[in-house]
Amino acid sequence: MNPFSYVRPNSLKAAIDAMARDHSARFIAGGTNLLDLMKNGVTLPEKLIDINQLPLREIRQDGNTLHIGALVLNSNLAAHELVKTQHPLLSEALLAGASQQLRNMATVGGNMMQRTRCSYFYDTSMPCNKRQPNSGCGAIGGINRMHAIFGASDNCIAVHPSDMCVALAALDATVLVAGPKGERRIPFTDFHRLPGNTPQLDNNLAKNELITAVEIPTHPFTKHICYLKVRDRASYAFALVSVAVAMDISDNVIRNIRIAMGGVAHKPWRLPDAEKALTGKAPTSDNFRLAANIAIQGAKTYAHNGFKKDLAFNSIQTALLKAATA
Amino acid sequence: MKKQQTGQPMNRVDGRLKVTGGAKYFADHQPADMQYAALVCSTISCGAIASINTTKALRAPGVADIVSHLNAPPVPGYKKTNPGDKNGLQIFRDNRIYSNGQPVAIVVANTMERAVYAASLVEVQYNQETHYTNMEASMDKAFQNNRMKDYSRGEINAWQKAPVTHSAQYTIPLEVHNPMELAGIIAHWTSPDTLTLYAKTQGVKSVQETIQELFEIPEQNITVHSRFVGGAFGMALRVWPLEIATILAAKKIRKPVKLVITREQMFTLVGYRPNSSQTISMGATADGKLTGITHEAVAITSPYEDFTEGIVAMTKFMYDCPNVNTRYQLVPLNMSTPIWMRGPGEATGSFALESAIDELSYKLKIDPLQLRILNHADTDPERNLPFSSKYLKEAYQIGAEKIGWSSRNPAPRSMQENGMLAGYGMSSGTFGAYRGKATVSAILKADGTLTLQSAAADIGPGTATAMVQIAADVTGISPDKITFMLGESSFPYAPEQGGSATVSTVGSAVSDVCHTLLKELANLAISQVPAFKQTTPEQIIYEDGQLITADRQTKITHEALLQQQKLPEVKVTATSQGGEERKKYSMYSFSVHFAKVHVHPTTGVVRIQHIVSVADAGAIVNTKTARSQMIGGVVGGIGMALTEEAILDHRFGRFVNNNYADYHVPVNADTPPTDVYFVNKKDPYINPMGSKGLGEIALIGFAAAVSNAVFHATGIRVRDLPITPDKLLHITSTENTNT
Ligand SMILES: Cc1cc2nc3c(=O)[nH]c(=O)nc-3n(C[C@H](O)[C@H](O)[C@H](O)COP(=O)(O)OP(=O)(O)OC[C@H]3O[C@@H](n4cnc5c(N)ncnc54)[C@H](O)[C@@H]3O)c2cc1C
Ligand code: SF4
Repeated sequence: MNPFSYVRPNSLKAAIDAMARDHSARFIAGGTNLLDLMKNGVTLPEKLIDINQLPLREIRQDGNTLHIGALVLNSNLAAHELVKTQHPLLSEALLAGASQQLRNMATVGGNMMQRTRCSYFYDTSMPCNKRQPNSGCGAIGGINRMHAIFGASDNCIAVHPSDMCVALAALDATVLVAGPKGERRIPFTDFHRLPGNTPQLDNNLAKNELITAVEIPTHPFTKHICYLKVRDRASYAFALVSVAVAMDISDNVIRNIRIAMGGVAHKPWRLPDAEKALTGKAPTSDNFRLAANIAIQGAKTYAHNGFKKDLAFNSIQTALLKAATA
Repeated sequence: MKKQQTGQPMNRVDGRLKVTGGAKYFADHQPADMQYAALVCSTISCGAIASINTTKALRAPGVADIVSHLNAPPVPGYKKTNPGDKNGLQIFRDNRIYSNGQPVAIVVANTMERAVYAASLVEVQYNQETHYTNMEASMDKAFQNNRMKDYSRGEINAWQKAPVTHSAQYTIPLEVHNPMELAGIIAHWTSPDTLTLYAKTQGVKSVQETIQELFEIPEQNITVHSRFVGGAFGMALRVWPLEIATILAAKKIRKPVKLVITREQMFTLVGYRPNSSQTISMGATADGKLTGITHEAVAITSPYEDFTEGIVAMTKFMYDCPNVNTRYQLVPLNMSTPIWMRGPGEATGSFALESAIDELSYKLKIDPLQLRILNHADTDPERNLPFSSKYLKEAYQIGAEKIGWSSRNPAPRSMQENGMLAGYGMSSGTFGAYRGKATVSAILKADGTLTLQSAAADIGPGTATAMVQIAADVTGISPDKITFMLGESSFPYAPEQGGSATVSTVGSAVSDVCHTLLKELANLAISQVPAFKQTTPEQIIYEDGQLITADRQTKITHEALLQQQKLPEVKVTATSQGGEERKKYSMYSFSVHFAKVHVHPTTGVVRIQHIVSVADAGAIVNTKTARSQMIGGVVGGIGMALTEEAILDHRFGRFVNNNYADYHVPVNADTPPTDVYFVNKKDPYINPMGSKGLGEIALIGFAAAVSNAVFHATGIRVRDLPITPDKLLHITSTENTNT
């Protein structure tokens, strides 16, 4: 690990100022991802700006939105009454992530900003366009069982590893950020990016901006929800494929539905076409199969992840069925 | 009457120390002025080091030295001709690179963080050559080692003529031991030819011997401490290059040096279970009598050592079959040398053999358990000898009853529970029941306490606890007055803790030394205490730390006896080993595993619901620690069956999942209720306790039980471990895509 300096500002402004003065600096929250990146030599900040003193730990209801501070711990968020009752999908997704110990450290902002788990990204002696632009993508011709089937490019086929973000994408959350020029709001589904020609960029947050909160609008999705995570071991493993489903059913008709997937793309993968196809329809297996079929259109697989297309197809149906019968 | 201590679920004698942090593992030691080391490891898989630039690294704060082949002190014992000999890769001998991750330099600094940072600044240039890490693509290099010749009895390939046959290939990926405690060592040269080591090892004596051979200094000048080991599973059965590198660095800077390697380095520096490919072919009569088995195995090794293990061993004697032939070959690759990993060889072989038996049973339409009983070997067909003890049939019966085998519908994919496909599978395992040579000394103090010492190891099974129980039974001294000390090279000789032999080997020596001690006490009493004058040692009763005359009229405590004679202590030593019995009997432990699994019909996720494992391991010395051993082996087996696989990118020869997040050892959620049963019948011949080994059979065969259960649940036969969801998917998805 590089030698680095460490500051612990106690105001938002001080934190943003500290970042503006030093280009290699990084914010550190729970540190569960950043420290690994530093130990592996992937990220070499000369300064760490510890944001844990900032007043960003609140969860509160503001009229029609639930406001979640960027420093709220994953475990606290999952266990919060308002989340469990109003957005159980988010609670389930959080609990499917990492391990209890990690969730006790991991923050909302850090979870959104966590980097891909692609092995080539973590091993500085192998090529990776995301870590070192133009060095090549190790995964495309290498081991790519965990990699993307949607929205990838010839430069990078990595996936975003988060579970929480899949639920937030499904729930139409908004990201609140603050920077030297003030505050701005980014729709959650626009926060993360596809790799395209700039795989080094995971998201649309500027280097000197800080996530302050996430907001979720009030939804009717309190009953028919499912977060299905398929993984190689029962806990403490990243998703091969995950599916977040939330729907509102009345009189045997799907009034409103959200579907998003994890483990399949460089960002949480919303399925707008499948949602459209199911809106106003009856929650039947046949309709779910049609929707799953729509969802997997355009999937592109590589040497080791061909199964993900089939797994996605199956998992979407399974999650829809589970949510509908919940 | 005195209470028998062996066979009781006695708590671990060192349990309190372990859970309160009082147990000192190698890295907890802190000699004065200790320096810290970090390794620089090769990023190529084959070639030579062209240059090492240490300018930047040497300028980094706190750096004491950087040692490599360019400046390492000489190792007198390195053989001049061979890059590796029986002591392994000759680290820092020259600039050759044989595998990725091979240490090329060791950086020493005054803190660990500084050493690690400086190591990242060392710049190494290589002349790269073509490397080979892919076994399938390197089969042309396969060869046979002299230790593992072809075996046959009866007719070769007789299976081909049988009315019912089965032949298939089974593959197991490279697996890494990954104990929680990382490898490393503290090395301290207290004089130019005197070395003290705090090691993580399964055998302090073998470390001492290796160091003696390599550095050519007297045995008594080498002190190895290793009282506590945080798990090893076989990876600490030898001295590795990382340890020699540290010893060399300590020699050069003349200060104690500590190295603890990283989790990534655990994949390349301390061995692994070699990946393997096995073909098993078998034939049977229509009514299920085996007529021939052919077992061919290939596994990898390093370019400089031939690592062999018992992959085809079990096939030779497990079933009563007249015609058996085996072949075992090695493929040398640009990889570090493998090492025994729990259930070594047999765990690999049993997956193939016990899967194949299961497959054959479906072809024969005979219950797989029935097929095994039908072909039960009553005597050892390989050596034509009786078994010293074999209660495998009883174990089958216990297991079948406890798992509810009779409720199993024999047809594959016929059972469902809560929307999951349900299946039952079983298998058996076996491993040689060994007894080696060991020496134990016993010191009885005038305060009545007994201390036993032997250079044995404890990697977690509860060695000291078992030894205390054995000693208590022989001497009649209460267990709380007995201490068993291990893990010091200054203690009398004991072999490494491996091959499930510690209770048998060291326990026998404990038993012997305790008998010697009693005789000594008896002689003392007979010669010095009037009431005992007329008795013989055999007539004396030994109970509760007392000597009692046969008529129970006179008693004398050990304390009184020693105090009367003004003796501060009585010390005796005994060496023990087996005799002729090994030539007359075949000695094996046996295990039986039953598993009930659920498989999710659309995602292919396997969840084991219930496990029943039964061991025929002779008399069980401690039912509590033995049960823990079995459960530990089963958890290892779950990993082998469902999750563990170290994956290489052959383009680079580098692992892509060399960390705990991506290399999946089972977690609690993967581990279902596990019921352990012991036949618990004495082996009459193996040793005084009648105990056979347990550690290996806990895992051997387990993966096949799971795979067989998965087949029963799904109708899909997975012959390539681990059984990850993607391997069970194709059928489910094709069913679903029929729109
Ligand atoms: C072994 C392992 C398994 C895991 N498994 C899962 C899993 O199954 N599912 C899952 O979803 N996650 C998983 N995780 C990831 C885990 O969720 C993340 O590491 C965690 O959420 C990161 O949060 P943190 O607060 O620790 O971030 P840090 O490590 O502190 O920071 C991560 C990054 O975010 C930046 N950052 C932090 N806060 C802010 C902010 N407010 N504004 C701007 N930038 C910020 C930091 O600068 C840094 O670049 C796993 C992690 C590990 C180590
Ligand atoms: S997939 Fe992306 S992160 Fe992985 S090696 Fe390729 S460029 Fe790097």
